[in-house]
Amino acid sequence: MKPALKALMRAMICGQLWLAPVVLAVIETYEFSSPDLELRYHQLSQELRCPKCQNQNIADSNAPIARDLRVVLYEQLEQGATDDEILAFMVARYGEFVRYRPGVDRNTVLLWAAPGLLLTLGAVGLLFHFRQRPSARSTDLTEAEQAEITRLLGELRD
Amino acid sequence: MQAKKFIPLVAFAVLAGLLFRGLSIDPTELPAARLGQPFPDFAQTELISGRQISVSALAERPALVNVWATWCYSCRVEHPYLLTLAEQGVPIYGLNYKDEPAKAREWLAQLGDPYQLNVSDVEGSVGLDLGVYGAPETYVLDAAGHIAHRHVGVLDEAVFKRDFSRWFPAVAPPAVAAGPEGGQ
Amino acid sequence: MIPELGHVALIIAFVLAIGLAVVPMWGAARRDVAAMNMAPSLAVGVTVFVAVAFALLAVSFLQDDFSVAVVAANSNSLLPPIFKFSALWGNHEGSLLLWVLILSGWMTAVATFSRGLPLVMVARVLSVMGMVAVGFLAFSLLTSNPFERLLPNTPLDGNDLNPLLQDPGLIIHPPLLYMGYVGLSVPFAFAIAALMGGRLDASWARWSRPWTNVAWGFLSLGIMLGSWWAYYELGWGGWWFWDPVENASFMPWLMGTALVHSLAATEKRGVFRSWTVLLAIFAFSLSLLGTFLVRSGVLTSVHAFAADPERGLFILIFLALVVGGSLLLYALRAPSVASRVNYSGVSRESLLMINNLVFTVSTIVVLLGTLFPLIMDAFSLGKYSVGPPYFNAVFVPLMALVMPFMAVGPLSRWREDTTRRWLHELLVPGLGVLVVAIVLAFLGSDDFNLWIALAVLLAGWVALGVVKDLWRRIATGVDGGLTWRRLTPSFLGMTLAHLGFAAVVLGAVVVTQENEERDLRMAVGDVETLGAYRFELMSLGQQAGPNYLADQAVFEVRRDQELIAVLVPEKRRYSASGQIMTEAAIDARLWRDLYIALGEPIGEQAWAVRLQYKPMVRWLWLGALMIGLGALVTAFDRRYRSQRSNVPAAQQGVAAVAG
Repeated sequence: MKPALKALMRAMICGQLWLAPVVLAVIETYEFSSPDLELRYHQLSQELRCPKCQNQNIADSNAPIARDLRVVLYEQLEQGATDDEILAFMVARYGEFVRYRPGVDRNTVLLWAAPGLLLTLGAVGLLFHFRQRPSARSTDLTEAEQAEITRLLGELRD
Repeated sequence: MQAKKFIPLVAFAVLAGLLFRGLSIDPTELPAARLGQPFPDFAQTELISGRQISVSALAERPALVNVWATWCYSCRVEHPYLLTLAEQGVPIYGLNYKDEPAKAREWLAQLGDPYQLNVSDVEGSVGLDLGVYGAPETYVLDAAGHIAHRHVGVLDEAVFKRDFSRWFPAVAPPAVAAGPEGGQ
Repeated sequence: MIPELGHVALIIAFVLAIGLAVVPMWGAARRDVAAMNMAPSLAVGVTVFVAVAFALLAVSFLQDDFSVAVVAANSNSLLPPIFKFSALWGNHEGSLLLWVLILSGWMTAVATFSRGLPLVMVARVLSVMGMVAVGFLAFSLLTSNPFERLLPNTPLDGNDLNPLLQDPGLIIHPPLLYMGYVGLSVPFAFAIAALMGGRLDASWARWSRPWTNVAWGFLSLGIMLGSWWAYYELGWGGWWFWDPVENASFMPWLMGTALVHSLAATEKRGVFRSWTVLLAIFAFSLSLLGTFLVRSGVLTSVHAFAADPERGLFILIFLALVVGGSLLLYALRAPSVASRVNYSGVSRESLLMINNLVFTVSTIVVLLGTLFPLIMDAFSLGKYSVGPPYFNAVFVPLMALVMPFMAVGPLSRWREDTTRRWLHELLVPGLGVLVVAIVLAFLGSDDFNLWIALAVLLAGWVALGVVKDLWRRIATGVDGGLTWRRLTPSFLGMTLAHLGFAAVVLGAVVVTQENEERDLRMAVGDVETLGAYRFELMSLGQQAGPNYLADQAVFEVRRDQELIAVLVPEKRRYSASGQIMTEAAIDARLWRDLYIALGEPIGEQAWAVRLQYKPMVRWLWLGALMIGLGALVTAFDRRYRSQRSNVPAAQQGVAAVAG
């Protein structure tokens, strides 16, 4: 099946056709047993991706699966799971896809190292560039050289 | 010096190649995270008989596990083909996902029951353990009881022949199309 | 009839564009003056016919002609007229037409304002722009015809415009953004023309600069509007999500920033010639890449148009031809002798070089992050996602890195300077800012917030550098008096833009760090306190709009007993599509926003409500506005008005350095 048609079929899941998503303010009214948990909830719900949506985190999406995952997140936080444990739980079921902050593994090492690497490469390149150059002054003509040129030009004209 | 000037062009060529490859990839397709792993264990009731079942109830191998619900329109669309598959001897287990058992039973009574048994997953916890994110989905349980494949979306003849024939080589395509929605 | 006329106009424009792409270019190669002279008239011709096509499509929208496919798909009889008009560009086909319209507008502008340029240059520039127009017009006519009709089964009414797009933001955001995106084709065309002519001296840079600045300015304004619109429209109080489509507009901006600065160095000092040409090519290439990403379905995004890999292939081929062609030209024709490095390691040139480096690295980093999921998928290495946590983690340090150099920049000297002088200029004020930073970091929260301290320090330093430079120029009048004469538009624009950047950084850090948010259930009479503000839900009600029905909640916000604002967030149900939208209520002030959004109703009497306190969030957009306006202001500088073709700036002595 053509990819476009596939996408259409996928959109028909849940019986609704999204050509562009309607984002609602998705507000859950959970009672947290401590403000620290609430903070972690907000952070993690923004780090976890909704598996079926068009690039939304589970905090902002109103898809049923996003709601289910928010509930799971809340429950796990209240049960005392650490951030790593929660992420591992989600990844085991939905894959690395569900993490907006890629974990550091063999594949992502280059992604995380790229900024530093590029900057260093660039800085080294710049240093090289400056080392090789004579200083600013030497490219100016000295007065003697300037006079010589004027004389030669004068000769040419005659 | 001259060779250095070709670096941007080469880099762009690589990028263009990548983008070209990207045109044939579907970015929304998500393979099952549990591919290759055993089907997660569970403790739920069977939809029709009411008895308690666990993963050991999914005994026939290889088999399909079909995630469905009465609120899911596409499930209705794929249902006739599931009946066809069942007639041809493909074992299909159902996972009734986040549904009302009474409605589900009525639905099956009306439209036919292709399933060997149905796991009643009212809370969606089995689905969560599987990595389900919407109905309909169909999983392949291979000979070893591991999850070998997942299809998200309507299961029809074209999809089955293309993706599922590895595990069900004996299944012949039906001589007559099952209905208006059957086959592509 | 009207759609057919529009279609014909588009075809005529296409033919004229082919003429524009071929004839003046050929004329430039043969030095055929007559052929080259056709360029401006051909450019105007293309513009006229594209404008006619655009106008006719607009008429179809305004007249509710649902036999036209895009009108049926995106409009509705109940839609307010202004949105019927803007629905024209709220879809793939129409927005493409807008793209071409704006491109032809830029072509005409270049044709009009280039009297002083050599004919060969003008001919080539317009031809290159004509080539781009040919590509887009072909794309439109062959794969995305806006005039396609639904006959004989004409629907009785349309699908309606997505409620999210029924907003003034849609009216201005895409046109401004396109002005920027498309405008970058001008420096691109100049770069190509310069490469072809083998003339990469300072004059090329001087001619390109006003166009580049204006295009970049519009791009800044377009991005700013997009961010602001998302903030008040989407209901979650966010303003940047690093979504692929957002990145698609941000990368040209980053590259454009490098280009704007690099052009300055090339114009004034004749340095960075190859770099600048490459930046000009890359900036527009990234615009085209953005077009590809948004319309091909290769990346998942909330903003993307409905994906169609067939269209994607067309754009990719076009991209390959344009970018591949220009990079090949660069490889063959770029100066093999590097510009003379007649500047020391401590100079304004080297600072600009560092600027080039950091912004180029930033662009690559954003590109890598955006394409990483695709790369992993293409090599079957798994499905990954790269989102805000990654981008924020890598991008923020890069911007922080560039700021100290930005502080010194305006005060630095060309060619040769000393670090001692820099320290002298900025150390004492720097220490002052440091003290202020530490003090402010304690304000607003009980703990010392390092990020805010850092942001205040860096932004304050940049601002101080700018102010110092400003003062110096004012205070050098005759007899030590004050003078305004050295405040050229070029200088003022730079000042405004740099201050704007500092404001954006400060706003972004403060709002991220000090944002307070609470989600809770509220019924009539409930009160909640957020910081110093007291929110009380006074009443619930309903209100009908032109094409929707809204549930409303009336809130009174008080501070120290005094009534600050009455905020009325809504939940709207649009009649045509049945879609439900949330309208946040915002009390906007310079130093903080108060933000209320409704979630779902809880029973009959209560709602899930999100209350937010967002300090200094306006600084983000005010800063971006300053950047955009600053860039636009520079175009009015006197030295661009009379464009003379053979006086390289290096010979203009002190005046050029001062300007």
